[in-house]
Amino acid sequence: MKQETIAWLEGKAREIRRHIIRMTAAAGSGHPGGSLSAADIVAALYFHILRLNPNWPAWPGRDRFVLSKGHAAPVLYAALAERGFFPVEELLTLRKLGSRLQGHPDMKVLPGVEMSTGSLGQGLSAANGMALAARLDGRDYRVFVLLGDGETQEGMVWEAAMAAAHYKLDNVTAFLDHNGLQIDGPVREVMSVEPAADKWKAFGWDVQVIDGHDAAQILRAVETARQVEGRPQMIVAETVKGKGVSFMENQVDWHGKAPKPEEAEKALAELG
Amino acid sequence: MKKIATREAYGEALVELGKENPDVVVLDADLAKSTKTIDFGKQYPHRFFDMGVAEQNMLGTAAGLAAAGKIPFCSTFAVFATGRAFDQLRNSIAYPRLNVKICASHAGITVGEDGASHQSVEDIALVRSVPNLTVFIPADAVETKKAVMAAAEIKGPVYIRLGRMAVPVLHEDDFVFEPGKALLMREGADATIIATGIMVAEALSAARQLAEEGLDVRVLNIHTIKPLDVGAVISAAKDTKAIVTAEEHSIIGGLGSAVAETVCEHYPVPVYRVGIPDTFGESGTPAELIERYGLTARHLVEAVRVTVRLDWK
Repeated sequence: MKQETIAWLEGKAREIRRHIIRMTAAAGSGHPGGSLSAADIVAALYFHILRLNPNWPAWPGRDRFVLSKGHAAPVLYAALAERGFFPVEELLTLRKLGSRLQGHPDMKVLPGVEMSTGSLGQGLSAANGMALAARLDGRDYRVFVLLGDGETQEGMVWEAAMAAAHYKLDNVTAFLDHNGLQIDGPVREVMSVEPAADKWKAFGWDVQVIDGHDAAQILRAVETARQVEGRPQMIVAETVKGKGVSFMENQVDWHGKAPKPEEAEKALAELG
Repeated sequence: MKKIATREAYGEALVELGKENPDVVVLDADLAKSTKTIDFGKQYPHRFFDMGVAEQNMLGTAAGLAAAGKIPFCSTFAVFATGRAFDQLRNSIAYPRLNVKICASHAGITVGEDGASHQSVEDIALVRSVPNLTVFIPADAVETKKAVMAAAEIKGPVYIRLGRMAVPVLHEDDFVFEPGKALLMREGADATIIATGIMVAEALSAARQLAEEGLDVRVLNIHTIKPLDVGAVISAAKDTKAIVTAEEHSIIGGLGSAVAETVCEHYPVPVYRVGIPDTFGESGTPAELIERYGLTARHLVEAVRVTVRLDWK
């Protein structure tokens, strides 16, 4: 793995984080915490891993990415805009009346969004459906999905986990954004999902645990996942909610609160 | 009169559809023998997915299949398709307008002996209120087959309500099914029975009995609850001045409500809703249950007699 690639991905992640701050500040609402925690994973996906064509978003052979934790829409929108699916200026319309950048992703209006999400727990099922379609059509695309750790409290996630293993969907690779916080507090206190990695193993998945802010580890984990046959793969990414902005890191209040203008300025100064 | 359950016709239609269209896939939630998707499963095993007892995941998976270009037909009992998996139906299928067909069998109280937990008395109310959905309620086996074929042609989500019990075949095989168009089953000037699903046969039988009393009753078959044929309902109000609705569903939120909403807005006339009163069902044979909950031709006859006597002037 080239050092330049890693440095470039780190730069992209920083740019995505800056967008997240600017967008949520402009919107006056939104979810910066869980968007920032996923920024390195999403940057690695959109700028290295996913096979895409921004000029032909519906290309049948493309890899799919489903953002199951739909409230992290800002991280997805920032990546899509940076990747050229729509103009970067449009990011500042987030959550505004008439915008294509809905509070939670709407696949019908915004190019590049693979699934409308927002009601938690539904993205993995959709990803499985896409993976089954790939198999039926003899296509070699992969389906990536990002789940929140709090999200895995939804029972449907485990229905989908069971089904992916049952149907041997080795073209499904999931990330767990394991930032340990949800709206009401620490996941361990609200409703523990631990031991998370063991649960996915027990459901028949190949499981790796990585530092979700280390681009090299993210790329290596995906390469390892690609080699797995007959099983879906879960990459448990240890992350920090609010990552990159000191006063947001590990602060549950920043789950669903937008920065005020002076806070945004401070955050952008820190991000550089 | 020949009797066939609409779910039987559904099973046959799926096999035909599977032959015609390689993009058709079928999902079930451990009820394939009851919903009749098993026939498709035997014929096209690689395109059939049993998702186990997990209705939410079934609808979510169907959404993903549709997003990747497939035409998934999902089946389970109506009570689970709409109740257990409502959020998935709403957020993963209807909101993104994905091309998923939800074919819910064992609707209404004629599920019979299984009792209230399995009898959907509110599914029409639920699906009728969801944007982007088309809702079909076939009255017989022929209508079911045509509705399934029509659903496959529609690019978007469709809900088809099917029954367990064998019901009379009302149509010839060359019957033309037009989505969104009410079907005039019998002309009449004194009152209209607007019926859906298995109640269409009861409505026709009621109209025949009323004719003997000198009451000339129109019968409209609403096989498409959504979009509703508003024009046909308004015409019935204007022409006959009295309407009785008939459905195997709660009188709250279903066909009766849809008709009353339309009539109130456009041309108010008395509307009497025949359906399941605001209550859950119970165990019993289908015949016992439709009698107990007031869903027979006899009940419709009484309802028409009362409604035509109402004087609104």
